Amino acid sequence: AFSVFGLGTGAQATPETAAAEIAKFAGGKAPVAGKITIELPEIAENGNTVPLAISVDAPMTEDDYVTDVLVLADGNPNPGVATFHFTPLSGKADASTRIRLATTQNIVVTAKTSKGAVYTASKLVKVTIGGCGG
Amino acid sequence: MADAPKIRVPKTAKKGEIVEIKTLMPHIMESGQRKDKDGKTIPRKIINKFVAEFNGKPVFSADMDPAIAANPYLQFNAKVNESGTFKFSWTDDDGTVTTSEQKIEVA
Repeated sequence: AFSVFGLGTGAQATPETAAAEIAKFAGGKAPVAGKITIELPEIAENGNTVPLAISVDAPMTEDDYVTDVLVLADGNPNPGVATFHFTPLSGKADASTRIRLATTQNIVVTAKTSKGAVYTASKLVKVTIGGCGG
Repeated sequence: MADAPKIRVPKTAKKGEIVEIKTLMPHIMESGQRKDKDGKTIPRKIINKFVAEFNGKPVFSADMDPAIAANPYLQFNAKVNESGTFKFSWTDDDGTVTTSEQKIEVA
């Protein structure tokens, strides 16, 4: 069936909505580009399930570790995808999951550490069949 | 009501090793975007939180939105310094919590 995802009132996420979420997450601090690897297919054949792997290249020691990673999709009806929370017991600030993408868009990942550093990265993924309407 | 989650955790590890954990929770993850044949919006019903603990201490957790695909898959890591038990929990929008435990021997 066609991917109708009930736009209804037309409240579609935009890159600006995503930027506002990032500003809130970063506590107003300007994120530094880098330190984050985003693995996504270049072309997602099925927007209903797209594999995503994130890795933050940062220490994970008791006094310096990645605490939270925000994942946003700037072209979905709502930009939120997930927030991952890490502790020193995570060992690595890596996580993988599968996501739904309505259309070609950027996945924007922002990470913050216990020392107050904020990093960000984004990756474009082309979606041939959107997957929010199932 | 929920089917059992599937977990992959190594049975043994060396002290200080970082192990990889894979979890899969059967769940429709109804996004709240779909409409039924009468045009009515099907209400959102998703797993919105996953928590992994080891011997009672937090290891990793995830807050999930409807953009997480059905049958939420999560892969993450844990640094193990002692033997013990992992406890995993998934929380549905309706408040239902599903849990699963897995032991690991650390030498």
